[in-house]
Amino acid sequence: MAERVISAKDLRRGMRARIESVGDEEALHTRLLELGLIPGTEFKVTKIAPLGDPMELELRGYRLCVRQSEVECLRLVELD
Amino acid sequence: MKWSAFALSSLIDSVVVTESDRTQPLIALVGNPNAGKTSLFNALTGARQKVGNYPGVTVEKVSGQVEIEGKPAEIVDVPGLYSLAAISTDEEVAVEALLDESTSPDLVVYVMDASNLERNLFLFSQLAETNLNVVVGLTLTDVVHREKGEIDLAVLSNHLGCEVIPVVSHKNEGLKELREAMGRAIAEPRELELDLGFPKIVTDAAARVVEQMNRKGIDLKPTEARCVLMDENCSTGDRFREIPELWAVVEEERKLIFGANVQARTVDAQSRYAWASRVKSESYVLPSVPRGRTKTEMVDALLTHRVFGLVIFLGIMYAVFQSIYTFAAPFMDLIDAGKSAVAGVVGGLLEGTPVLQSLVVDGIIEGIGSVVIFLPQIMILFLFISVLEGTGYMARAAFLMDRLLGWCGLNGRAFIPLLSSFACAIPGIMAARVMPDQRSRMMTILVAPLMSCSARLPVYVLLIGAVIEPRFGAVWAGLSLFFMHFIGLAVAIPIVLILNKGWFKGKRLPFMMELPKYQWPRWKDVVLTVFSRAKVFLVTAGTIIFAMTVLIWALLYFPRGDTAAYEKEWVGQGKVVAEDSGFDQYAELRQREDSILGRFGRAIEPVFVPAGFDWRLTTAILAAFPAREVVVPAMGILFGTGGDVDEESASLKDSINSATWPDGRPLMTPWTAVSLMVFFALCCQCMATLAAIKRETNSWKWAWFAFGYMTALAYILSVAIQQVGRMFGG
Repeated sequence: MAERVISAKDLRRGMRARIESVGDEEALHTRLLELGLIPGTEFKVTKIAPLGDPMELELRGYRLCVRQSEVECLRLVELD
Repeated sequence: MKWSAFALSSLIDSVVVTESDRTQPLIALVGNPNAGKTSLFNALTGARQKVGNYPGVTVEKVSGQVEIEGKPAEIVDVPGLYSLAAISTDEEVAVEALLDESTSPDLVVYVMDASNLERNLFLFSQLAETNLNVVVGLTLTDVVHREKGEIDLAVLSNHLGCEVIPVVSHKNEGLKELREAMGRAIAEPRELELDLGFPKIVTDAAARVVEQMNRKGIDLKPTEARCVLMDENCSTGDRFREIPELWAVVEEERKLIFGANVQARTVDAQSRYAWASRVKSESYVLPSVPRGRTKTEMVDALLTHRVFGLVIFLGIMYAVFQSIYTFAAPFMDLIDAGKSAVAGVVGGLLEGTPVLQSLVVDGIIEGIGSVVIFLPQIMILFLFISVLEGTGYMARAAFLMDRLLGWCGLNGRAFIPLLSSFACAIPGIMAARVMPDQRSRMMTILVAPLMSCSARLPVYVLLIGAVIEPRFGAVWAGLSLFFMHFIGLAVAIPIVLILNKGWFKGKRLPFMMELPKYQWPRWKDVVLTVFSRAKVFLVTAGTIIFAMTVLIWALLYFPRGDTAAYEKEWVGQGKVVAEDSGFDQYAELRQREDSILGRFGRAIEPVFVPAGFDWRLTTAILAAFPAREVVVPAMGILFGTGGDVDEESASLKDSINSATWPDGRPLMTPWTAVSLMVFFALCCQCMATLAAIKRETNSWKWAWFAFGYMTALAYILSVAIQQVGRMFGG
């Protein structure tokens, strides 16, 4: 399986990725963890808003909308 | 005054939420956003609901009555939560109310979305570590069944350590069983214990802390010890944080854990999700499998499409706007006509007592009328809002618009409140509650009155028709009307940026939200929302508007001037006192000038000279502060054509154009017209808006802030326009 390290900016509709690490300082990072975006979690980009931001991710059997700026702290690996 | 006494007592009743001395058990509905909390709340309480505020904050508290085993209990709909570690004011308030001993409920009904078990179990795992007494209401099982999934309730309940009752709120399924389970849990409260499977290094450390604390006479549970170890600010630590000897024990173990390169928050979340994922897979007899593309996905392909999505969005927003702008009009006319009819009849009955007649007609009936007049717009807007919320479209609207509004510190959900404010700021401000965080809610409320509402239109039409159109033609007239509607929006952007950078700094919240599955609106929920909003407006904002109308009446009515003196002045100008001689209008004008408010207007008149306004325009502006609707009739009175004019009256346009300063210079230059329109566009001349801000922010401070900044802005810009105009020889 081809794996490539990417960041939130590189996410496109239909892309699948795995979270490698999340920051550990701010309230925002805590909230990401609480919502299930923890290291090892795989997700798929299901929508990108017409104006380019925010986007919708599918993970853990549910879907969550986030702004690109809010997930920039994630280190991601692209899955095939 | 019976009406206002009644309203006042309900006002106090609904705003001051006193923490009862618990004559009834207190039940809290807790759950993730979109878990179906409000539908369950509506199904359990019916119309027996009360809307108030949590003490001291803008967060709304909705509570109601529910019958448990024949006895009444109070039930509170707690704002949606993702976690007990609150990051917004709304969450803080909710969490504090849950955990604080004096307000903590006797029972928590945890509303759990069966179609999103894993994430819903996360918050449950946190609740289980508090000493709250919990029963689970499992919602959206119908969605799971539709996807051919099946949950084994016994297994789930066994994992969670409490009763799990499936409910389908809109079909009233499971409500009886849930009530019975609530009764059992209240009668026999128990604490939950979960094995969340934290790493050994953490649980071992927690065990050592418990042991050492116990030896030092402090009673500590393993979960509490773990909380302090993972998060040094955890409230459990408050008991011994200040005692160096005890805190050293915690510090020591923390060093051990973190020395092993364990990221506390990550480990915490990982352990909980690992547990949740285990519970989920064991509780599902059949996994829920969405077949192909679900209906929601198909609808979303259209509604969030990069072209069609935006077109449909604009279409829907146009319909919303038209409805409050146009469809509300006949109802408002009807209310207006009803008010005039009642005023006519009552005024006739009180003919003999002029003071009482004026108080009842111009004060009380006018006051009630000026409250009720807002109901059509409020109810129509909330009809739309609750349908859009109920179907799930509201979240899509926020998703589509977030980029447009997000960059300056608002978010996508601000669109509907701001759009509505172009019809009327009152429903717009009330609609700001669709925003789940206090910061963007506050900013939206504070800039909403800048949007050019329909009550400003007559001023624009009058001045553009009288001054701009005759000189510059229809194209410029149209352009200036467009510009006047745009200026408020243009000014709002820097205001939001300033508020964002300065005032509300450091509290920026993530956007994060979900696009719920589409569904048909539940009409019961829609009707309840519309009527509860109407009621809240009437008893809170309405009371204030009514009281202020009566006060303004008194300020314009007293002291009574001397009619004989006015006659003498009139005759002194070489005119005769007779029917249709214009004396009645003159006496009315002089009466207003001599009233408390009129004298005040005279006194501050020099302040408005730099903006190009003479005493007549100044007085018209002052008269319009309670409600800008009155400005055209007020100008009619002040420019001597009588109050019975509208913005199309040729006589009023003529007298405005021929009015001069005492030295003979024309008063109404194009620059003065623009400066006057800009003043009206930006100034907060609407006490109903202030009352609505007070109601929604739960504080007069923000109402006065909005009033202050808008008035200052209006003044500064109109003076600037006039002065620049003079430089260009206007």
